[in-house]
This record gives sequence, structure tokens and C-alpha cells, in this order.
Amino acid sequence: MHTKTIVELSQGLKDKDFSCVELTQHYLNRINQSDLNAFITVTDELALVQAQVADDKIALGNASILTGIPYAHKDIFCTKGVKTSAGSKMLDTFVSPYDATVSQKLNQADLVMLGKTNMDEFAMGSSNENSFYGAVKNPWNRLKIPGGSSGGSAASVAGGLSCFATGTDTGGSIRQPSSLCGITGLKPTYGRISRYGMIAYASSLDQAGPMTKTAQDAAIVLNVMAGFDEKDSTSAEQKVPDYTSNLNNSIKGLTIGLPKEFFSSGLGDEVASNIMVAIKKFEAMGAIVKEVSLPNSAYAIPAYYIVAPCECSSNLSRLDGVRYGYRAKDVENLEDLYLRSRSEGFGEEVKRRIMIGTYALSAGYYDAYYLKAQKVRHLISDDFKKVFEQVDVIMGPVSPTTAFDLGSVKDPVSMYLADIYTLSANLAGLPGMSIPAGFAQNLPVGLQLIGNYWSESRLLNIAHQFQLQTDWHLKTPQEC
Amino acid sequence: MSLSEKQVSKIAYLARLSLNEVQLKDNTQDLNAIFSLVEQLANIETDGIEPMSHPLRMSQRLREDVVTEKDRSASFQSVAPKTSNGYYLVPTVIE
Repeated sequence: MHTKTIVELSQGLKDKDFSCVELTQHYLNRINQSDLNAFITVTDELALVQAQVADDKIALGNASILTGIPYAHKDIFCTKGVKTSAGSKMLDTFVSPYDATVSQKLNQADLVMLGKTNMDEFAMGSSNENSFYGAVKNPWNRLKIPGGSSGGSAASVAGGLSCFATGTDTGGSIRQPSSLCGITGLKPTYGRISRYGMIAYASSLDQAGPMTKTAQDAAIVLNVMAGFDEKDSTSAEQKVPDYTSNLNNSIKGLTIGLPKEFFSSGLGDEVASNIMVAIKKFEAMGAIVKEVSLPNSAYAIPAYYIVAPCECSSNLSRLDGVRYGYRAKDVENLEDLYLRSRSEGFGEEVKRRIMIGTYALSAGYYDAYYLKAQKVRHLISDDFKKVFEQVDVIMGPVSPTTAFDLGSVKDPVSMYLADIYTLSANLAGLPGMSIPAGFAQNLPVGLQLIGNYWSESRLLNIAHQFQLQTDWHLKTPQEC
Repeated sequence: MSLSEKQVSKIAYLARLSLNEVQLKDNTQDLNAIFSLVEQLANIETDGIEPMSHPLRMSQRLREDVVTEKDRSASFQSVAPKTSNGYYLVPTVIE
């Protein structure tokens, strides 16, 4: 059952091949026997209650395609009455008193939440080694990273521990782990999905999205997750289409832009050759390929590592041991409370980014760093604007390499390079996808699709058409 | 540009973080490596370019100046480390 897609499971539930309670128990057994460390919290009891509700709805004929589908929820989304830690010691004891809008929408769709997935602390990381709860292992090779920060979500889908998962993408955190674990991940346009109740890392970059086995499943989940939310001041008042309605459109005549900067010297040979084979497949399907240029994309890493830390230093200032979260013991005075709670509660990468932001926003440095980075961000966005006057979609690698060894990248700058091809879409606010497109040394390779604003429907159509012609998305790890 | 350990110590204090000697040394090295990466931005011509504070270039949505939230202070305080009579309790500030 755990290799089936949403579409297949939904049909199985409808045909009474299995009940939702049986399906949920199957996944819970797999989670409890798993060595991937993909979950921080497993919500066994709640899941079985939700499964029974779903079975009742199915019996009454009131089911939708998502009724009773078991999923994993990234531990960055607030869930009422369930621990929400964001992978941090700081929130290890935090039980949210309210639901994030995304959580509420998934509940209303009668989905079954199996638990909350492991993640890099406050979504800061590209390898899922920065979690207070330990690193997640890649289901394809347990000595490798699953990617970050939604590494628990990616590993849970790839490892057959959930049918799909939620993720968030600030600099590539849906696309990169999806690529490294061989699943389909979609980061929608900024503002497409409500950020209310999603623990903020960098507010002008964070965006939630689905992590699934197929593009068709991603369309089905996005239908539920997307939409304007008045509780989120960054939510866009944009009509939500039915994302499943255009999946079968032909892609003949599609123009694909290949940015030359995405195929530079840092790209691994085997990743590059897999990407080029995938592009040839699109050509064979009638697409036209053009070389394009994103000249300022080389500056995406430095711009991101100013913008994101500045915003995180502000967002995480609320975590001071006073109102919620970790509080240090036996403190001497209020300043000691702040200092020790934050020092003991935050991990090393979080502290590092808070300090970058604190410095870059301090008097005398704001113009040179933050303002400059925001101007460069404008240039990066304008590059995309020009390219989308010539092509329908941009394609390229998601990650320069396949999953690397756990513990092998020690210095932060080398780690930051893992997101070299994904960051620019976040800075511009554009939608992006990762779809399975091959293997190198028995590890998955992901193809990245970047679209113009609000073109999720087109991206899903392109990805679905590719998946009708290929079987990379059907491969499963041997031990799973 | 190169940050000294003294400067990093001050930045940490401004962020209300304390670093031991090893952490201070490591962070000084890491922050210098990161800021030397960031130095590339200085080479880009940005005269006359507007800073992009919102990816969709949207302005802040406004609403009527009326109360829309219910009083949820009791539920929010239920997860606080220490409260009393509707107040958050912290160590003495003024002796």
C-alpha cells in the first residue's frame, strides 16, 4: 500500500480494498519500525481517530479524493494540541494552542495526519543535520543526507512512511530534499499558500508546498493548500484554479529556457548528463529548447545569506524564554534569562544566522548589506522577467550533486553552495518544482522547473506529461 | 573586512547570545568566511535600483481599524513557562 499514490489509494479506499484504519495502521507500523529518523512526533492515536472519521465519510458516500489519505506534516506548521518544535530545543515542549491555516485546511479535507516530520532547526539547513532531534537518513542510502530543511518530509515520502508530506521552501527546502530523495516537490509562487501559523524563518522568502510521489498528486494537494488568507498579510488575493484540470494538456511547442549559469563548472558531470537526457526527452515530446542567461544568479547566494539571516534575526527575537518555549533554569536576572535561554535553546547554525543578521542590520552596515542585497534581489528578479518574455519555463538541475555523506560538509560556506540553483527563485518569489529525472551512483537526480508568477498549473502540467513518459518517479528504495 | 573576536562577541551580545571561547573562535572564523562571500555584492552596480522588499512588489494590505480578534490570552498563556494572574513572570528587573 505504501508505494501507491494518492490517486491509487483513494481508488482503493473507494473500492473497499482496504479501510482507512487499516491503511493508517499500515503506515504507523512502518513509521514505528523505521530507522530513518524522519519523524519528531508520531500522532498514532489522533491518526486512528481521523482514519475512523474518514471511513465513516467514505461509507456515507461523502468522500473527496483526499478523504482518509495518510500524510506527514512538517514540524514547522502549528498543530493545535500537538507538539510543534520546528526541529529546535527552543520549542521542544511547545504544544501549539492553534492550527496553522495549512493544518486547518488539511484537517477540513479529512486527511489523516500521521505525525510531524523532522527538519533542520527553524528550516535553516540544506542537509537535515541541524535538527535538535538528530539527522534524518536518506532512504536510498542511509549514510547519505536526505537534503534540507524538509528532509524528514522527503524521507517519509521516499521511504514509504507517508503517502505525501508538507514542506516549506525558503531557499530550496522543498526542491532540494525532493531531488535528493527522488520525489516530486513544488514550491508555489510566494503568497500562494498562507504562512499563518507556519513558524517564520525569513518572512519574504518562506513558502509552503506539497511533497508527493507524482505531479498529479501535487496538483491534488495544492488544490487544498492554496488560497488567500486574511490572517496572513503576505497572502495574495489571487484566484485558485483547479490544478488538476490542465494536467493532460499537450506540451508540444513548449519553450524551455536553459540558463547557462545553471550548467557551470560546479555542476557534477553525472547530474548534468541526467539533466540533459531529461531535456532531450522534452524535445522528443515537441518542446523547443533555448539557451538563456540569468546574469545575476551568481549573486543569489550572497544576497540570500544577507536577506534571510536579517529576517531570521528579527523573527527569532521573539524566542526569549518569556512567553513560550525553552526557559533556562536558575537565572540571575532578566538579561541572564534572555542570554541563557537563547544560548541554550538555539543550535549552532541558528545562532550563526542570527548573528549575521544582527550585524548586517546594525547601524552603519544596513546600507552596505541589507539594502544592497535587496537591490541585487531586484536585479535577479528582472533577469527572470526578461527570460520569461522568451520562454515558457526554465529548466536545470536542482542540486549540483546527488546526496552527500552525512557529516561530510563541515564549513557553512560549502554547505550554502548546495542551494546554488534554488535560491534565485525564492528571491524573485517564483514557483519551482523538482521532479525525479534519473540516477547517478544509485542516488536520485532531480530536474528543476521554474515558472513565471502564478504558473503552478503549467508547471504541474509539464511535470505530469514528463511523468507519463518516464518512470523515474516510480522507483522506490530497495529497503523500503 | 575582517571581524575580530571582540566584534563578534559584541554582535553576539546584541543578539542576546553568549559564546564560550571555542564558540567565539569558531564563529569569528565562520562569520568572516560568510562575509567574504557576501563582499561580492559590493562589485555590483546598483545605482538607481529600487530595493525589493516584497517578492511580488505588493504593498501592505490594510484593514478596517476595528477589533477582529477574540481574547485568547488564557490559551496563549497556557504554554508560557511561568504566569500569574494573567501576567508573564520573569526574574526581578529592578531591585
